[in-house]
Amino acid sequence: MANIVVLVKYVPDATGDRTFTSDNTVDRVGVDGLLSELDEYAVEEALKVVEAGDGEVTVLTVGPEQAADAVRKALQIGAHKGVHVLDDAIAGSDAAATSLVLAKAIEKIADYDIVMTGLASTDGAMSVVPAMLAERLGLPQLTFASELTIEGDTIRIRRDGDAATETIEASGKMVVSVTDQINEPRYPSFKGIMAAKKKPVETWSIADLGIEASQVGTAAAWTKVLSFEPRPPRTAGEIVTDEGDGGTKLAEYLASKKFV
Amino acid sequence: MGRSLTMSRRDIDFCLYEWLDVTSLLDRPRFAEHGRETLDAVLELSETLAVEHFAPLNRDADTHEPYVGDDGRVVTLPALAKALQAYSESGLPSSTFDEGVGGMQLPFTVHQAATSFFQAASIGAFAYPFLAQGNANLVAAHGTPEQVETYARPIVEGRWYGTMCLSEPQAGSSLSDITTRAEPQDDGTWRLTGTKMWISGGDHELSENIVHLVLARTPGAPAGVKGVSLFIVPKVLVEDDGSLGGRNDVSLVGLNHKMGYRATTNTLLNFGEGAHQPGGRAGAVGHLVGEENRGLTYMFHMMNEARVSVGAGAMALGYTGFLHSLAYAEERTQGRPVGDKDPAAPPVPLTRHADVRRMLLAQKSYVEGGLGLILYCARLVDEEQTATSDDDRRRAHALLELLTPIAKSWPSQWCVTANDLAIQVLGGAGYTRDFPVEQLYRDNRLNPIHEGTHGIQALDLLGRKVLGDGGRGLGELLAVVRATVARAEEVGGETAAHGIALAAAVERLERTTQHVAAAAADDAELALANATPYLEATGHLVVAWVWLEQVLAAAGKEGAFYDGKRAAARYFYAFEVPSIITRLDLVASLDRTTLDLDPGVL
Ligand SMILES: Cc1cc2nc3c(=O)[nH]c(=O)nc-3n(C[C@H](O)[C@H](O)[C@H](O)COP(=O)(O)OP(=O)(O)OC[C@H]3O[C@@H](n4cnc5c(N)ncnc54)[C@H](O)[C@@H]3O)c2cc1C
Repeated sequence: MANIVVLVKYVPDATGDRTFTSDNTVDRVGVDGLLSELDEYAVEEALKVVEAGDGEVTVLTVGPEQAADAVRKALQIGAHKGVHVLDDAIAGSDAAATSLVLAKAIEKIADYDIVMTGLASTDGAMSVVPAMLAERLGLPQLTFASELTIEGDTIRIRRDGDAATETIEASGKMVVSVTDQINEPRYPSFKGIMAAKKKPVETWSIADLGIEASQVGTAAAWTKVLSFEPRPPRTAGEIVTDEGDGGTKLAEYLASKKFV
Repeated sequence: MGRSLTMSRRDIDFCLYEWLDVTSLLDRPRFAEHGRETLDAVLELSETLAVEHFAPLNRDADTHEPYVGDDGRVVTLPALAKALQAYSESGLPSSTFDEGVGGMQLPFTVHQAATSFFQAASIGAFAYPFLAQGNANLVAAHGTPEQVETYARPIVEGRWYGTMCLSEPQAGSSLSDITTRAEPQDDGTWRLTGTKMWISGGDHELSENIVHLVLARTPGAPAGVKGVSLFIVPKVLVEDDGSLGGRNDVSLVGLNHKMGYRATTNTLLNFGEGAHQPGGRAGAVGHLVGEENRGLTYMFHMMNEARVSVGAGAMALGYTGFLHSLAYAEERTQGRPVGDKDPAAPPVPLTRHADVRRMLLAQKSYVEGGLGLILYCARLVDEEQTATSDDDRRRAHALLELLTPIAKSWPSQWCVTANDLAIQVLGGAGYTRDFPVEQLYRDNRLNPIHEGTHGIQALDLLGRKVLGDGGRGLGELLAVVRATVARAEEVGGETAAHGIALAAAVERLERTTQHVAAAAADDAELALANATPYLEATGHLVVAWVWLEQVLAAAGKEGAFYDGKRAAARYFYAFEVPSIITRLDLVASLDRTTLDLDPGVL
């Protein structure tokens, strides 16, 4: 028996134009968005776990009105129920505040064994929320799982680093984050799309979670984005014409850039 | 998703929700389980599957056409089987079917829109489920409950494919000349003998069974179309419990090597030649669908949907070609604007040149007009089945009957022209296999040929639908167009001007039709001699109407998308609408050039 809470994030479509609000945070309201692709791996892994045993998958999102799309997509893929924390006060929250909201929401869900997440969000790309969450919930964390096996209430994961591969395990309740190597996420099916319409989704405000407005949002953020600018476009590059001395010219170029 | 080169989801949403008000269908009992979110999810799923599974195999399937291996089995690309499996697993094959056979009762309009992603991504690969759906549709409508369970359900579930076996080597356009025979057996089954030509998906290893729907003659059947019956002939025999038995006597004579659509096998099949011997003897085991001698009637019953869907394929190929050529023209730089004599000035993008803009606008007006035409006709299919009053259902039926030959032929003609222009926009690059536009053109070139040639559609429109119907369908069309003209008049400005041009064309079509009808009373051959210009004039008129409707749907809305609608409509009215009158002039003159010709002088 494993009930799993999967964190899903609604992110701006990476193929669309990205815009920012006046406080330099990513505009999440005025743009096309979708369920973060990296979270699809977490949804898939959670579904595989409950399908192999039993239990239910609850997807949890914190975000504006449209973030409901991320919940709906996860329900269409196969998750059983959804929770959406929706509150104007949350806008502009940093990772620390977001982890607070998530932790309180998970405590309110109460009946869970595993909290599963993707390896990062495709917009913020910080990868810190799972660790913060584990700290707030007082749970062990198994992060960056590229393989996962369950024995009883013990979970063992493989964690691939640059130089070494670790095998780690933990027992009892825990936070697990999975990479994009762990599985191949399924598509929703037509049946899943129809079934999702009837699945329960609860919407909670921060008051429902016992959080004060002053604990979240831009004002509570530990860091502030002062400015941003797009990386300058790549320059055309330098063409070396080989007049018998191409090798020398290349070497000179590399030396001038301190590559050799 | 960002800008996709497969189809424009934005345009599809515009047609479905801002123009055709598809959500209003959801109040009807048949569609009650659906909501905007399920429609959107089906469109999104279709685009994802099309882009991730079908588009990537399209070129490979073209350069590696299917072949017959040493063991006599057809070999196709592994990626093809994988894409088709993803489609089957999605449940999309069941989209429009009744709940009773495991269907999802999706509005046909939305199904057609969703399907266009697959047709644009790889029309050849998508042909297998496409043909199977048409096949199961027919069995579901006219088969016995056992036939539906045994032969339609596995297709609805995405496990089997199916074919339509009409054509024979000597009988293509003229189905009254088919010679395949069916003999009744004591056990109630039939045995078929004969040869079928051009059968798409006629053999392959992509599914464990193939359900052939075969037209054949029974002993003593009357000559001509009234003596043709319809049979279910499975490739592998099905036992009473639904399990698969031995091979039926259907054998592959060979594959045809085609210009395009190469992912689809196209076959010459022999029925009953004795290659396999069910029950110890030659003869393909078949099951009669409905009554004897009514085969063509059943086929025609499903013809409207089938032909609209073929037109949809032509439109989708044109559409994706347009998007590819536009993307190229925005990137590629060449030359300087007329009047800019400075050779040191940087070259401009192709889109800066008036003639390239002409080619892009022409494509845009054909493919977006085609999408509008197809989705409007698909909406009529839904209307015909689910409208709340008998009157509305009858009206939808009359309009759909009239518009079907146009929905089939117009995109098959003008979206092929769009593909031709897409090649032209790319210049030399367009003529190479490094870019997809040449393949799109070759693929699309089939569409004016199969499912009733262009010329046969013209005879269907003028002979059967207009002259044969006492003008009911045409009367409905003229009323619909005139109502739009009246709305355009209220808006004023350019929209009203389009309306005036359209009203003049409508007027001319009405008079020309009366004139031809009068002539037909004396000389039917003369009246039908210029059926093709009549079809083409009427087709352009209908698409001009689609454009006026879309301009009205965009009225008062700002932004590049809506400006694009207005620009394409402006193009269509300036460059294309005048040709309606020229074509109708020719028809009205009862020109005898083709009739009086001595073929010996050709
Ligand atoms: C790739 C491909 C796939 C196909 N798939 C299938 C399939 O799955 N099942 C199936 O049953 N068939 C299929 N067909 C067959 C297709 O429907 C026929 O090719 C088509 O109906 C034309 O028949 P035909 O080839 O015998 O040409 P013909 O009938 O010989 O026609 C040749 C020309 O003469 C014209 N013509 C013929 N009769 C008349 C007339 N009375 N008045 C005016 N003009 C006329 C036609 O318009 C055409 O231009 C397929 C064909 C192709 C090429």
